[in-house]
Formats: sequence, structure tokens, C-alpha cells
Amino acid sequence: MRLERKDLLAIRDLTPEEIGLVLSTAASFKDVSEREIKKVPTLRGKTVINLFYEPSTRTRTSFEIAAKRMSADAVNISVSTSSVVKGETLKDTARNLEAMRPDCIVVRHASPGTPQMLAGYLECSVINAGDGAHEHPSQALLDIFTVLERKKKIKGLKVAIIGDIAHSRVARSNIYGFTKLGAEVVVSGPPTMIPPGIEGLGCGVTTDPLEAIKGADVVMMLRIQLERQRESFFPTVREYSRVYGLDEEKLSGAKKDVIILHPGPINRGVEIASEVADGPYSLILDQVTNGVAVRMALFYLLLGAAREEA
Amino acid sequence: MKRLVIKGGRVLDPAAGLDGAYNIYVMGGRIASVKPTDKDTTELVPGVPDLEVIDASGLLVVPGLVDIHTHLREPGYEYKETIKTGTRAAAAGGFTTVLCMANTDPVNDNQSVTRYILKKAEAEGSARVLPVGALSFGLQGERLTEMAELKEAGCVALSDDGMPVVRSSFMRRALEYSLLFSLPVITHAEDPVLSGPGAMNEGAVSTMLGLTGVPNAAEDSMVARDIMLAELTGARLHVAHVSTRGAVGLIRAAKERGVKVTAEATPHHLTLTDEAVSGYETNFKMNPPLRSREDVEALRQGLRDGTIDSIATDHAPQSIIEKDVEFSKAANGVVGLETAFSVIYGLVEEGVMTLERAIEAMTVKPSEAMGLDTGTLRVGSSADITIIDLKKSWTVRPENFCSKSRNTPYAGKELKARVVKTIYAGEVVYGAD
Repeated sequence: MRLERKDLLAIRDLTPEEIGLVLSTAASFKDVSEREIKKVPTLRGKTVINLFYEPSTRTRTSFEIAAKRMSADAVNISVSTSSVVKGETLKDTARNLEAMRPDCIVVRHASPGTPQMLAGYLECSVINAGDGAHEHPSQALLDIFTVLERKKKIKGLKVAIIGDIAHSRVARSNIYGFTKLGAEVVVSGPPTMIPPGIEGLGCGVTTDPLEAIKGADVVMMLRIQLERQRESFFPTVREYSRVYGLDEEKLSGAKKDVIILHPGPINRGVEIASEVADGPYSLILDQVTNGVAVRMALFYLLLGAAREEA
Repeated sequence: MKRLVIKGGRVLDPAAGLDGAYNIYVMGGRIASVKPTDKDTTELVPGVPDLEVIDASGLLVVPGLVDIHTHLREPGYEYKETIKTGTRAAAAGGFTTVLCMANTDPVNDNQSVTRYILKKAEAEGSARVLPVGALSFGLQGERLTEMAELKEAGCVALSDDGMPVVRSSFMRRALEYSLLFSLPVITHAEDPVLSGPGAMNEGAVSTMLGLTGVPNAAEDSMVARDIMLAELTGARLHVAHVSTRGAVGLIRAAKERGVKVTAEATPHHLTLTDEAVSGYETNFKMNPPLRSREDVEALRQGLRDGTIDSIATDHAPQSIIEKDVEFSKAANGVVGLETAFSVIYGLVEEGVMTLERAIEAMTVKPSEAMGLDTGTLRVGSSADITIIDLKKSWTVRPENFCSKSRNTPYAGKELKARVVKTIYAGEVVYGAD
């Protein structure tokens, strides 16, 4: 089995079958991380470059560990240590990296569409690890994986996504991912953070968080960027937290067996109260664990043996 | 004295009310006479020296097209375009007159830059180049330029195009002061605080792509302000590159109550929507951005009913250094001179407007808006003539452009109608046999 594509750029491009393939493959890789020897030889001799133009600890580490557990060689490049600061264009950087014959470049960039642009230039695989406010496909896949693990299904679930929808790639990828698999997605946030036409992606919209949470099987909280306060997206952190922060009280409208997700890093006491983040409904750390399995699956499905036969 | 005869074509000159088979006689770079073909008894003696006869049978003959909005990039950005290559592109697109904006380096905010441009144009140009002087020094929107001297040096209009004029008090003074010279003031109407870091139109497409959008209100609010200031001062205002339905409505209402305002729209805003940005292709990035289908429809209606007087290209050459980069980083702008007529003819074929209206909007209307005597084939006018084969289809191949830059949104598109010959002041500047 493999993905019939060179790159993973956006959940929007994927069929439900392709998403299903990633999820089932991830399930089979998950136990590798639980073994004493956390490594399989599957991608021995493959090279993965993590090219990160934005700071990231979690995602970059997750991709790196995933590659290493598959026995691929992983190299990390981040802005501050590369020739990026010397003014080299992205295209030139990418071509130089490709000249070293990597099999895959994992890219994170603040400008939406950058992975698409690289995928057009490069013969190796490109994985989008987050491009501006566009998409973050591996995050959505690990979120769906985490929900599926707990709920055993996606179809028919109600998923509420709450926070800064306008600037969130996680929201966009998850709207596509969950709706493709038959869930109902409702997004909620202050009107300043609801982008125009978001319902066109297939979700419901409400500015009332309680309405979004009502009867939800999954509540996903988004990280609020504190600097948005300066740009007048919300008046104060205090007010944002009062209206949109998830606490036990707001959560009481959800289903009894609701689960809480957060792509991290969390602002405790801002978008999520500690009692919720650390509470029994929270799968925030499971998401991180599953992230490694999902990324192992992506490497396998894009670079794996089956692809060579083709 | 050199003579030129263009025989047997369909001559369409909205300014002179001509549409039919005429022969055009050119002498000394000027139109000497225009005679109905069937009544023309002039006998041309073959072999006469200095007599060139062009057979335009089956072709359309129109006044040389006039583009009141181009960026020729010289001085300062010669790697993008020069006066030589830009006017060659103009000639290839059938334009014999181009107005060039002041956002060069140095800015055309003083007579020495104006004179430099005109000198270059005279030496190397293939079209009439008429500089637009800056409204403010350094396009900073703070201090008035020396307009008397700019006019004397040859500037025909004033604009900070590329940079919106933020301070309303400055815009008011600039409009007022321009009354001294009856020079039109061209506004790039945009509230840059509202458009912020926006990279495309704000709407469902920008949401899908995760790109920051520019709302229509960023243009509407400034068009409204500038119309009110034109009304207050009585000055002549020209609105550049109108892109929103709101702006069309504001201009229509202003014209109805007698405000001295004219407006232009570009071929790309008349034909493309923000959907085109979906692949993050930077050749669809410009300012103002491609808007929604409703905006395109409103622009077309405005062009039909005369609210939008003119078509102008906003020819904005950019090199791959500016364009072959991340979308949010990429420079704004598209080249337009070499595709404009064919793109607009596509609208004629679609039934959006008549051929006569299209020609009017590319000849006499822009000339009137800028107070020029170009854009007509009346006897005594400069012999600026464009000959077009309306039946000839062609594919846009940027690598074949005369322009130095390749940033067209129409690459690979098949277009109908091809300029076959362009005559500027009696000289064939494009399509010589």
C-alpha cells in the first residue's frame, strides 16, 4: 500500500480512502514506539530534511523522531542556522538541498502555499508541516487518529473547534479531514477571528461557544496568539478567556464522554483552564504520542518500498 | 516628404464617428486625409519614392491605442523594464501613447527626472511616452511637488500611484493646487491601514488559501474620500485601476451629480477573479487584487455604461527575483501591454460590449481623461494607427514578449485578435514587413 502521490500538501486534496490508509498504517506503527527497541528498518537509507522557517519544537521533533524510528536519516534546518538569513531565495535553498539527494523535505513556512511551490520545483517528496494559515495536514491526521482511537468511529460525531479560526491552519485541515470522514464540524470564535466564507469549507459557524460545545463529542481548542490583542482581534486576554476559554462549566453542555484536543502549545488559563487540560477528558498528550505514529505512516506511505516498485 | 497609405481596411474611429471602409493618407507624420474606399479616385503611381502602401483588406484600422497607466521602470529598475523595451511592448500591443507612472528610482518628482525620461523616450522609444509626475516628493504623501515645473518639463498628469495618499489633508491640498495647471490627479485609492499585509482579495478564496485578504472597503472608502475632495475642490480626479463594485457605484453617483471624475479598469480586473489565485501562482498577484465575480460583473457594467471611461493596463513589469518566491513575499503587478487588446476583444466576442465601445475606451476616452489630443484619426492628428487582424488567434508565450518581464496572468492562453502593425507618427514601429 502507498499513497498515489508524491507529496502531502493539504487535507483538502485527500480522498476519504487516502485518509483511512494513513490512519490504519499509523495504527500498525504505533506499537513500535512502545517497544524497547523503538526502531524498524523500513526506511533505511532514506534521507529526510526538516526545513523549518518558523520556530517549532513539537512538530519538528515529532517528524525527526518519526523518521529515525523508521531508520531514515533526518537532518534539521531552521532559519537561524541556515543560509536563509543570507538572503537566499526559497527556490535556491530548496534546489541546493535537493542536490544532496534527500528523499523527502518536510517544510514549515509562514507563507501559505510555500509547500505547494516547493513541490512544483522538487522531485523528492514534500510534506507540509504547516504553511501560514493554510493547512497543517499531519496535525489533522493525528487529531483524527486520536479521536478514532477513543471513539472507534468518526462518522456522525460532532466536533467543535474553538478559537482563532482566521489564523489557524489546524482548524482548516481539521474541518476538511473530519467532514470528509462524515463528522459534523462547528467552528466558534469572536467575529474578528471568523474568516469570511469559512462555511464554504464544509463546517457550521457560530460565535457562541456554548452553542458549538452543545452535544459535542470532541472539543478542539486552538492556541490564541497573545499578540493578536495588539492587533485588536480581541480586547484583553481576560475577556477572551471569560468568553471563549474552556472551563468545566462551559464543557458541561457537551456529551458526557466528550474528549478535549489542543494542538499545543497550550496557554494555561487563557484558552483552556488547567482543570480541563489536565482533566480526564483531555487527550492532549495522546495527540503528541500519536503524532509520531502518524508521521511514521506518512514517511512510509510516501517513501516506502511499495513506492519504489511503481 | 514621406507618405503612407493604408488601403481597404475597416476604419473604426469613435472620436471621428467613422466606421467603414476608408483609405487613410499620411503625410509628414500626420493624417492628411481619410477617404471612403469606394469613392477614392486617388491614383497611386507605383514606384514613387517615399511612398509606402499598406493593404489592410480584411483588417481593422483604429487610432493608435492609448494607455494612461503603465510602469516603464526607468530610471532605477532597468532589470524589470526600460523605456526602450516597455515602448516596444506598447507598440507590439498596438499602443502608440503611454503614460508612465512616477514610482521610479529616483521618483519622477522633479523636472530632471521628467526630462531624462523624455530624452530616453525620444532616443530609444517606439511610442509616445508621457510622464506622470509625482503628487508628493518621494511619494511620501507629505510635501507637494513643484507642479509648475513638472508640467513645463512635460508631465501630463500627477499621481503617487503605487503609494496610496493616506493623509486626507494632503490630498485636499494637492487637488486644490492642481487647479493652477488643470492637470488631472490620478488616485491609487486604497486605505493601506485597512489593507494591511493583505496579499489577495478578502473572501471565501482567501479563507480557503489561508492568505490575508484585502477587503473591498479598503478601496471603496478611499474612492469615496477622493470623490468628496474632488467635489470640495473642483479639481479633476481620475481613479486608477477600479476593482470593486462599490467603487463603480460611487463613481457613477459622483458623475451623476457633476463631479469631475473619470475612471479606468484593467483588462485583468475585467476578466479574472480571485479564484485564479487558488494555485498560489504569483502572476495573479497585483494591487488592487483580483476580486469576486460580482465585482467583475459590476466593472463590466460600468465599462458598458461609461461609468468606467477607459481601459488601462497598469503594466507593471516584475522580474523573477520578485515573482518566483513565496506568495506573501512576491511583488504585486502584471504586465499587460502586449495582451490588453486581445483580452478586451475577448469581452467583445462574449457580448460584454461593442467593438466600438472597446476602441473608444482604449483611444479617445483615455485621451480626454488626460487632456490629450491623441486617440483619433481626424485630419491633422498625429498619424498613430493600429492595424488589427480580428480573426487571428494566438497563444500567449511570455518568452516571446518584447517586454523585459514575463509576469503575465495569461501565459498559455489562446486569445483572439492580433495586432499586426502599429504606426506611430507615420512610422511603422511594429510589424514592419
